[in-house]
Amino acid sequence: MAARTNAAGAPRRRRRFSLLTREDKIVLGFLIGVPAVIHIALVWVPTISSILLSFTSWSGIGGLETIRFVGVDNYERLATVYPPFWPALQHNLIWLGVFLFVATPIGMFMAVLLDKNIRGSRVYQSALYLPFVLSLAVIGFIWQLQYAPEEGFINNVLGTNTERNLISWLGDRDLNLWAVLVAASWRHVGYIMVIYLAGLKGVDPSLREAAMIDGASERQIFFRVVFPVLRPVNIVVLVITIIDSLRAFDIVYVINRGRNGLELLSVLVTQNILGEASRIGFGSAIAVVLLVISLGPILFYLTRTYEEPS
Amino acid sequence: MTAGAEERTVPRRAVATRRRLRPGRIALHAFLIVTSLVWLFPILWALYTSFRPYSETAQLGYVSVAQSLTLDNYVHAWDQAKIPMRFFNTMVIVIPALVIVLLLASAIGFALSRFSFRFNVFLLMLFTAGNLLPPQVIITPLFRMYLALPLPAPLSDNGVWYDQYLGIIAIQVAFQLGFATFVLSNYMKALPKELTEAALVDGASVLRTFWQVILPLSRPPLAALASLQFTWMYNDFFWALVLMRTGDKRPVTTGLNDLQGLFFSDNNLLAAGAMIIALPTLIVFLMFQRQFVRGLTLGTTKG
Repeated sequence: MAARTNAAGAPRRRRRFSLLTREDKIVLGFLIGVPAVIHIALVWVPTISSILLSFTSWSGIGGLETIRFVGVDNYERLATVYPPFWPALQHNLIWLGVFLFVATPIGMFMAVLLDKNIRGSRVYQSALYLPFVLSLAVIGFIWQLQYAPEEGFINNVLGTNTERNLISWLGDRDLNLWAVLVAASWRHVGYIMVIYLAGLKGVDPSLREAAMIDGASERQIFFRVVFPVLRPVNIVVLVITIIDSLRAFDIVYVINRGRNGLELLSVLVTQNILGEASRIGFGSAIAVVLLVISLGPILFYLTRTYEEPS
Repeated sequence: MTAGAEERTVPRRAVATRRRLRPGRIALHAFLIVTSLVWLFPILWALYTSFRPYSETAQLGYVSVAQSLTLDNYVHAWDQAKIPMRFFNTMVIVIPALVIVLLLASAIGFALSRFSFRFNVFLLMLFTAGNLLPPQVIITPLFRMYLALPLPAPLSDNGVWYDQYLGIIAIQVAFQLGFATFVLSNYMKALPKELTEAALVDGASVLRTFWQVILPLSRPPLAALASLQFTWMYNDFFWALVLMRTGDKRPVTTGLNDLQGLFFSDNNLLAAGAMIIALPTLIVFLMFQRQFVRGLTLGTTKG
């Protein structure tokens, strides 16, 4: 964008800059410099450091001079001799799958229903959206009241709260990921709904009317007319859904610190810092795996947002 | 224009649907009411549990009709979990972080949207990408940086950034700057060009143009961001978990984790604790719902 305006707008630009005094230029330098330095120093310097450290071995005890370059050793060990890695990666992918194919479509469906000019739409919206304002840690607490084996609501209603037939929703490693995903999706649906509602409000009503006159059914109108028009919103939702599944952490950490069936990449990174043996290079290698996966949606989003002619 | 057109078509469509689609509408409302209740249920259940005495639920079970309701659980949670202290910790972090984020994001948003530099798009991309990174990608080196970087005495009681309020404020600011800058620069870009040009021609300095022309006009996105960022920063669990060690300095959301041990066997107390912690965000949401939702949608559209 800047490149395009430069050619045509060069003389104007020079004129505008002549309006700026020396102080003005210094002020502008600060207005840009201070936030940029803070953001780069605390977000991008650690990101690059994660990549560099992932090729090293460092216990963190000695100074920086005790860092040893070990090549791709960390990655090799990650893939071969570190038991939680593959389960964690698998859990992240399941998380993504559930968000993408269940929670996000439900959010979209609710937005379509609520977009039809109905009385009390705002009340319904608030109810669906409410979980999104709660912290994931609080959500973990609230759902423990549902899932608790003997005292939880679900087991009491199902009658599975006695010694003999107890269902341990959060303790059983074949069940707990799905139980947690119900709670996480509960929050995700409202978020997606709000974004789609805003998108649907922006759809030109005459498009819909024209299709209706042509005799299209509601379903046809949505899939053939509205959905394609919502392309920019779809991109945002796709990116948010992927990133949120990679960021998942708080809820599993509150429930059981992300062990026993609830391992996630984010948890493994954290365990390598908070655990007794701090393996910085190794922890960074897991972080880089997370980074590489998130770079896909991030770059996709950036190219869509900044390269498209506007 | 579009609003007028919409108003004109609305009554016609409403009349038509009232005549034709009545059973459909009723089914739709029934579906929406049921869904809303299902959605609210886990929260309402926690609320219900929080008002019941432990002795009663121990005797009758949790799925039972309450015979007495009490605020005792709230009183106990409030005292035992040292909630006032934890709320104070949260505010020490969130209020400065919120003010600084809005100020810095307005500053850079203003500079990048009203003036053209060669690196504009690059910087905006960097901020947008930074806002999308999972925090765990940066935490390992950040943790080491916080342990190594000196911070002088009045700001830190151990000489470094680790385990300090300022450390948490700094990373909250740095991380949230991405989203706030994206939203504000988009909004400011849409303001008429003539505003800044006229002010500068009239001899106003850049700083004055920012402070007295652009910033007052940006009140709507600032209000939207304030309610959204308050909620996000308040809800943060991760930064304080890793970068803060002293339990008594941790904010309320992270403190929740410590409470769990305390409330281990008492679901009623756990429910009351969860409700107390959720309350500030619920209040902000109910009071500023419109801004809250707009903040999100501003951040997801190109502006």
